[in-house]
Amino acid sequence: MIDGFVIPLLKIVIVLNATLVGVTYMVLLERKVIAWAQSRLGPMRVGPYGILQPIADAVKLMIKEDITPVRADKWVFTAAPIISMVPALIVYAVIPFGPEVNLFGRRVSLYVTDVNVGLLYVVSVASVGVYGIILAGYSSNSKYPLLAGLRASAQLISYEVAVTLTLVSVILVAGTLSMVGIVRAQESGHVWFAFVQPIAFGIFFIGGLAETNRAPFDLPEAEQELTGGFHTEYSGMRFALFFLAEYANMIVVSSVATTLFLGGWLRPFPNVAALGFLDFVPVWMWFLVKSFLFLYVFIWVRATLPRYRYDQLMRLGWKVLIPLAILNLVVTAVIRVLLI
Amino acid sequence: MEAQTIRGAMFDTDELVINMGPQHPSTHGVLRVVLRLDGEKVVDCDVVIGYLHRGIEKLSENRNWTQIILLTDRMDYVAAATSNVGYCETVEKLMQLEVPRRARYVRTILCELQRIASHCLWVGTHAMDIGAMTVFLYAFRERELILDLFEEFCGARLTYNSMRIGGLPLDIPPGWDKKVLEFCTIMDSKVDEYETLLTHNRIWLERTKGIGVISGEEATGLGLCGPALRGSGVTRDVRKDEPYAAYDEMEFDVPIGSDGDTYDRYLVRMEEFRQSLRIIRQAAQGIPEGPIVGKVPRLIKPAAGETYHAIESPKGELGFFIVSDGKSTNPYRFRVRPPSFCNLQGLRRLVRGHLVADVVALIGSIDIVLGEVDR
Repeated sequence: MIDGFVIPLLKIVIVLNATLVGVTYMVLLERKVIAWAQSRLGPMRVGPYGILQPIADAVKLMIKEDITPVRADKWVFTAAPIISMVPALIVYAVIPFGPEVNLFGRRVSLYVTDVNVGLLYVVSVASVGVYGIILAGYSSNSKYPLLAGLRASAQLISYEVAVTLTLVSVILVAGTLSMVGIVRAQESGHVWFAFVQPIAFGIFFIGGLAETNRAPFDLPEAEQELTGGFHTEYSGMRFALFFLAEYANMIVVSSVATTLFLGGWLRPFPNVAALGFLDFVPVWMWFLVKSFLFLYVFIWVRATLPRYRYDQLMRLGWKVLIPLAILNLVVTAVIRVLLI
Repeated sequence: MEAQTIRGAMFDTDELVINMGPQHPSTHGVLRVVLRLDGEKVVDCDVVIGYLHRGIEKLSENRNWTQIILLTDRMDYVAAATSNVGYCETVEKLMQLEVPRRARYVRTILCELQRIASHCLWVGTHAMDIGAMTVFLYAFRERELILDLFEEFCGARLTYNSMRIGGLPLDIPPGWDKKVLEFCTIMDSKVDEYETLLTHNRIWLERTKGIGVISGEEATGLGLCGPALRGSGVTRDVRKDEPYAAYDEMEFDVPIGSDGDTYDRYLVRMEEFRQSLRIIRQAAQGIPEGPIVGKVPRLIKPAAGETYHAIESPKGELGFFIVSDGKSTNPYRFRVRPPSFCNLQGLRRLVRGHLVADVVALIGSIDIVLGEVDR
């Protein structure tokens, strides 16, 4: 009873809540880091150093008037934010925050579940999120969101291809689709896959930026061109769902990158015994630190770079990243066959 | 503007007409651009202005000559001191007044400080339109220093009313020239900082190179002026060609571009930062002693006649045409040739065939202020 039902339920509750809190604090982190990059202070009023800002933001968004434009397609308009938020959350089911550990005399695994097609699950669920954006652009019955919806669909589909191809080369190296299995493969191979597959890592990072609509690929919401893009007509909590989905997706991409390329919960150099003292840090801590580093780079990139133009973005995706990913996959496969 | 149907080989497609502005984050005020789009490509555009029209020219005909200075502040409100200088010099030309050398030097410093402030705002918003948000805050940080200098000089930070016909309202505060020189030292490294973020950035190059190319001939034909004209390789700078204030005593170069695209216009303005600093240094080190106001009659009442006088504002050639009937204490006719308005004429020609994202880049690239366009 306890092992079969209570513990999984507890884990789901913890992961969901940790994610939502993480997402709101991610917003604060972004505002703070960008402020520091721009010689400002960022939020400072709500709580010491503004640490209660996310709560104030959430309250504000909840009590704001929620407007549905008269000529909008009401059902789709309501469904779109949900469609974009839910996939971003359910991906966390297969993200391994750590291996099995002893907790209060029980063996508890630090992941909700480990399915043997974990990576496939991540890819397929994450790509459902794009429907939220397209439908939002379409159902608003407004020109700017429509343009943004078109941009988003083209962008996400093209970058999905490049990213998935890099994942295939990782699968070839690891020999498994299970997220836990991939970390185990890095443990037994004594090397992070970022060093085995540097090109795949690079493409995954760039593609990750594009798939989460982050600068310099934030075209679907390009504020300066499309006045907010697909969420122009949204307000209140429905707008907040889009906003949170974007940040939740950022955390997903960094978690997946950490698991696939940076050894998940493993400490740095897992095979060097001299660094054994690092083991006192709990395993999930390593996972969080690595994911955080990723998120930090995401924010840093946004503070530094201008935005690509739509056609340049497509050119980069189809003419550079996808051929490179295919080449990487072929080379990986050939080496793999020759070695075995 | 009507959406048209494009006949294709297999199927017809409809154009999309979208309204950019007057409430849009990157039309720099209340500009309205109606775009006819084929996909994301701009087929044609219609620039609608007038949302900020206050009738400054007509209003001036009912104000006395000194009161008009205050109205010129409200034209190009990011470079108010330049408009002040332009107007005062026109009236001085009309009245054939001699302006003391000290006043002319201070005018030069103010004009160039104003040019830097205006270019700071331009580089910030232009970069922001293309998505580089950090440059905006860096540029505003330095603009703040200039506003502090202006505040010390005349007490205001945006609309200065900082000139009088025949000279200056007040002498410069003690130590002000030293502060100006200190600012020049700070600004030198800051211009390099903006350039590190943009000039060699791959994405910046892709977004600006080859966008809105216009030849020197065509630019002259459209009446473009200032950096927008010099970016196309035309050496036209009122400061060099028809020197006013103390520019004839200053040494500086007029940067020009070669390709006439957005990137060249950007480079020209970045170089103008440095040339302005060079002028400010020369002027601040050599402010002569002497009176600050020339021999101005109590009642300003120019003899009947008309005159046109132009100066180089940060945006281009800012000209004033004034007619006096010699009887009343206000101008008979007051007309401004605003550089922003003339540059805006080029927008339609520039955006054709480019994408929506380039429209905002091009609006930034011609550097307009709607207060001056609509007056």
